[in-house]
Amino acid sequence: MADKLVGQDIAPDDLHAKITGRAKYAEDFRADGMVFAKLLPSPMPHCRVLRIDASEALAMEGVIGILTADEVPQSEVGEQCLTNHPHYEGEAVLAIAAVSETIAADAIEKVRVDFEPLPFVLNPLDSLRPNGPNGRLEGNVRVGRDFATIKWTDEDFASAPEGSMPMPDNVLDADGEIVVRKNDTEWMVGDVEAGFAEADLILDETIVHQSVTHHPMEPRSTMAYWQNGRLFMHTSTQSLVRTRQAVAGQLGLDMEDVVMIGEYCGGGFGSKITGSTIQLVPALFARKINRPVMLRITRAEETYLGRARPGMQARVRIGYRANGRITAIDLYALGDGGPFAGGDQGSSASTASLTYTPLNMRFRGVGIRTNTPPKAAQRGPGGAQIIGMLEPLMDKAARELGVDRLALRRLNAPTADVRFGPRGGSLTSVFVREAIDQGRELFNWEERISRSGQLNGTKRTGVGVGVSPYTAGSRGFDGLLVIQPDGKVRIHQGLGNLGTNSIFDTARAAADVLGVEWSDVEVVWGDTSRNLPWSAVQAGSQSTHAHTRANHAAGLQAKEKLQSIAAMDLGGNPGDYDTADGRVFQRSNPSRGMTLGQAATRAIALGGRYSGEELDDDLNAMTEASASAMAGEGLLAAARDNFGGQGGLQSWVVGFAEVELDVETGKVDVVHFTAVTDCGTVVHPRGLGGQVYGGSFQGMGMAMSQKWVFDPVWGVSFAKRLYTARPPGILDVPLDVQWAAVELPDPQTPVGAKGIGEPCVGAGSAALTSAIADAMEGTCLCRTPLTPDVLLAEIEGRAPAYGPLDLHV
Amino acid sequence: MAIIRDMIPAFELFQPTSADDAIELLVRYDGDGWVLGGGMDSFDWWKERIKRPTAVVDLVNVASLQGISVTADGVEIGAMTTLTEVATHPELVANYSVLTEAASQIATPQIRNRGTLAGNLAQDTRCWYYRGGWPCYRAGGNTCYASAPTAMNREHAILGTNRCVAVSPSDTAPALIALDAQFVIQGPSGERVVDAEDFFMGPAKDIERMTVLDSDELLTTIRIPSTWAGASFYYEKVEDRKAWDFALMTVATAARLSGGVIEDIRIAVNGAAPVPLRLEASERIVRGQAASEQTGMQAGEAAIQGAQALRHNDYKIPLMRNLVRRAIRGTEA
Repeated sequence: MADKLVGQDIAPDDLHAKITGRAKYAEDFRADGMVFAKLLPSPMPHCRVLRIDASEALAMEGVIGILTADEVPQSEVGEQCLTNHPHYEGEAVLAIAAVSETIAADAIEKVRVDFEPLPFVLNPLDSLRPNGPNGRLEGNVRVGRDFATIKWTDEDFASAPEGSMPMPDNVLDADGEIVVRKNDTEWMVGDVEAGFAEADLILDETIVHQSVTHHPMEPRSTMAYWQNGRLFMHTSTQSLVRTRQAVAGQLGLDMEDVVMIGEYCGGGFGSKITGSTIQLVPALFARKINRPVMLRITRAEETYLGRARPGMQARVRIGYRANGRITAIDLYALGDGGPFAGGDQGSSASTASLTYTPLNMRFRGVGIRTNTPPKAAQRGPGGAQIIGMLEPLMDKAARELGVDRLALRRLNAPTADVRFGPRGGSLTSVFVREAIDQGRELFNWEERISRSGQLNGTKRTGVGVGVSPYTAGSRGFDGLLVIQPDGKVRIHQGLGNLGTNSIFDTARAAADVLGVEWSDVEVVWGDTSRNLPWSAVQAGSQSTHAHTRANHAAGLQAKEKLQSIAAMDLGGNPGDYDTADGRVFQRSNPSRGMTLGQAATRAIALGGRYSGEELDDDLNAMTEASASAMAGEGLLAAARDNFGGQGGLQSWVVGFAEVELDVETGKVDVVHFTAVTDCGTVVHPRGLGGQVYGGSFQGMGMAMSQKWVFDPVWGVSFAKRLYTARPPGILDVPLDVQWAAVELPDPQTPVGAKGIGEPCVGAGSAALTSAIADAMEGTCLCRTPLTPDVLLAEIEGRAPAYGPLDLHV
Repeated sequence: MAIIRDMIPAFELFQPTSADDAIELLVRYDGDGWVLGGGMDSFDWWKERIKRPTAVVDLVNVASLQGISVTADGVEIGAMTTLTEVATHPELVANYSVLTEAASQIATPQIRNRGTLAGNLAQDTRCWYYRGGWPCYRAGGNTCYASAPTAMNREHAILGTNRCVAVSPSDTAPALIALDAQFVIQGPSGERVVDAEDFFMGPAKDIERMTVLDSDELLTTIRIPSTWAGASFYYEKVEDRKAWDFALMTVATAARLSGGVIEDIRIAVNGAAPVPLRLEASERIVRGQAASEQTGMQAGEAAIQGAQALRHNDYKIPLMRNLVRRAIRGTEA
């Protein structure tokens, strides 16, 4: 019997195509008569288009046409793919198509647009000031479904100590109704003041986390054309079938009339969950001019139109007992929501609640609309920010209380019976304490911590740790496979392929049930005309969990059909038969059996449920359509994940770092990094290592170098190239890295695997913010990024490089 | 007119095979010609559609501008020699390592493979207001946006400013100043030779240029005299990331020591002022002194005399002092 595929290192099937360059990404496609589109970006952060004169552009030789905001789906409050009311610099106003990209660009320059500048705001705190500007004409926050305006008073601002963020309460009337709103969200579990009353130590800190652009290597390019009323779209997207659903919805089409092709995606990090808003432009333009339209997004455009992680300004009070147990957390957070979203602070609050299990917790938050590029989920949204900011404070408390920093985290870490967040959410499994314990050994905590604070020449050693959870699964999607008469097992996947290997790795769950070798498996993905099943969005680290389950279900159904066919033809009961090594055979007499190919041929002859003529009635509609289209091709299994389960899914990464801070330059070298993860059963060790390192390094960049820079007066961005935005490079991360997994299966899912993409970011970021504070002899600057200028100013005792609540610097 | 970026507009491309032909083309286009070396600075400008030359004179085929040769009294480096070649040349590595260290820390391997030594020296400033097409002094306008009280100027100058506060981004410049290099410039009326530190032009003289090169001149050769061959060198670059970053500040020194005493020294810093600075006051303090922390501190303090911070670059004052201090200390080895 073949070894289980789950747990092995198997090179993904698309590897050669990727490293040889044969893999075709959205912008590599061409179609007959294709033209190129270019966008006209807004030059200012908030304005209205008064007049457009494109006559000179349209008269140019080679120019095919123009698409304006009047010709795209309209939204009063949401984001349009083209707009006459830009809410941020770089938002697309119109597009021009031409026979070459150069002509299209030249034509854009010939368009005359009159813009009326409108008030704008970049820093949420500025919008909360009395008479501060609002990012939108409708207001500066969304409360429920409505826009509203929240302003804090001079007294509110004066109530906070110098450099601290105010924490004003909503003003209530006698009945407890809100009369004057100071925040948009408020919840409390327990009694936070009672928690502080029993605390031996209370920290009160103001923290600032910058916004950072996602910066996937592949910008969000799209090529689209129409044939006989059907839209064909090649686009850069994280998820495939769910992007098809999104585009169909946005354009008012039946899903069957959208053929979505996206075999490869050069990264998304949450910014392309169902593709992107701008992908509608080539679709609409192609319909208008009846030619295929390619829209290649440039790096600078990606910085505008791509998404960003919302920055956060917050004040947090944390109460500790003498032993380090957290009695209360009181978090008040502002989110920089950009024009169309509300920030990540809610997720930050529940992540803090889960990670530290405070006995009492209050959260108050405001998501402010600003005129900065749009925000979206970025790998561990909310979680990565708050963990990066709070972990150095755990160290500060541990120092003041004289307890071991790791022990303090373990003491507050949850176990399987945890209830967290405003609604007391529960989880399927929690093995974070096991990860902390394993990390303590692996990282050699005792030895490294003994070096903490040592000065060697001009370099001071710092040791840090970050404990970071994030969501890790979902339920109820479909598996779809066909056992062909040639004996091969074709497994169809509706996920996207954004570099995580999940289209291949989750397929192993079906193959393992059947006991087939990987060489007998063909994975079908990347083109919705190839009969794909309904799948999760490739986001929220759902795929590993959701689709090992869905494929396990399909595998079980296929096995059951194989057993039935064998019993039918060879006698006995289905339960007498097993499958392995490409055969279905009698357990008591393994020579009595048939090959999977023979069984597939029998399935075709039998028809009905065996060949997919009849299907389960609980399948999602798209799976049903895909399965029906393939009925009769072999033994077909289409099954929904009905395994059920109680509670949410979270995985964990505990990151440990040792750094050296040069006290004369403020430069930080990361000399070592260890990560230990709780993500259930390990499906693909090398792939998991790639996720853990990649995500952790992304977090390290957030802690150390990556940033936004805006001129506060003019409202325009400077860090719109990779070299100015400074995501981390390979030299910025240590050579000396290691990872491990606790390898304890999640008890509620058949394969035992949970997702892992997201918690790594907070672990990488927090390990560094914690280690840097340690190297700063315990001084937590409580902001990101910790660049040399920021650290050196502090070390030299000079005026801080930035105001305590400054953003985008 | 609407603004669009990231698409290079069309231009006339020339690829002459001699420096004379290249200069003739530059004369013909009279200020509208653009000299293309490795393109690492040029492509950015063109992609941004802010600088739009009519004609581009690509020096890739000019053989006389290529290569490194060891001469009787030093080394001559052709202007079009790539930074990778500079960083790895055995004679330079053996005897002029301050230059190879500087070259090897520039940007990325890919950029060093394309970028040339002359390009690294003659490149334009990276002030993002100016590079973003803002109509500032340097762009022919009548204000400096980067020195406004609210401006984002963490990367800008603390010394030698004059209306413009942008800094020279060259990492090889301080190393070549420390080595007392000479730059050979060829123009329509022949050749002239300038000292490394005189090649760069501050805003007080001409706010719209970075070097003494006229629009019809080429930097053809960098001559390194043997004066400092095998001397005690120090080079350090402080940047936010370890690759693909312009320096926040760099320091380069060449020194001769005898019995722990610094007999002679040249110290240069870049990232502090609109031009790479040779720190003659610090040199005078150091000469004849022990290469010690105390000497270093005195030299560092002298270096920052008169430094004035903008809103966000105060850290450059201690950074410059510390880098000079380290360089003096570092010459002990």
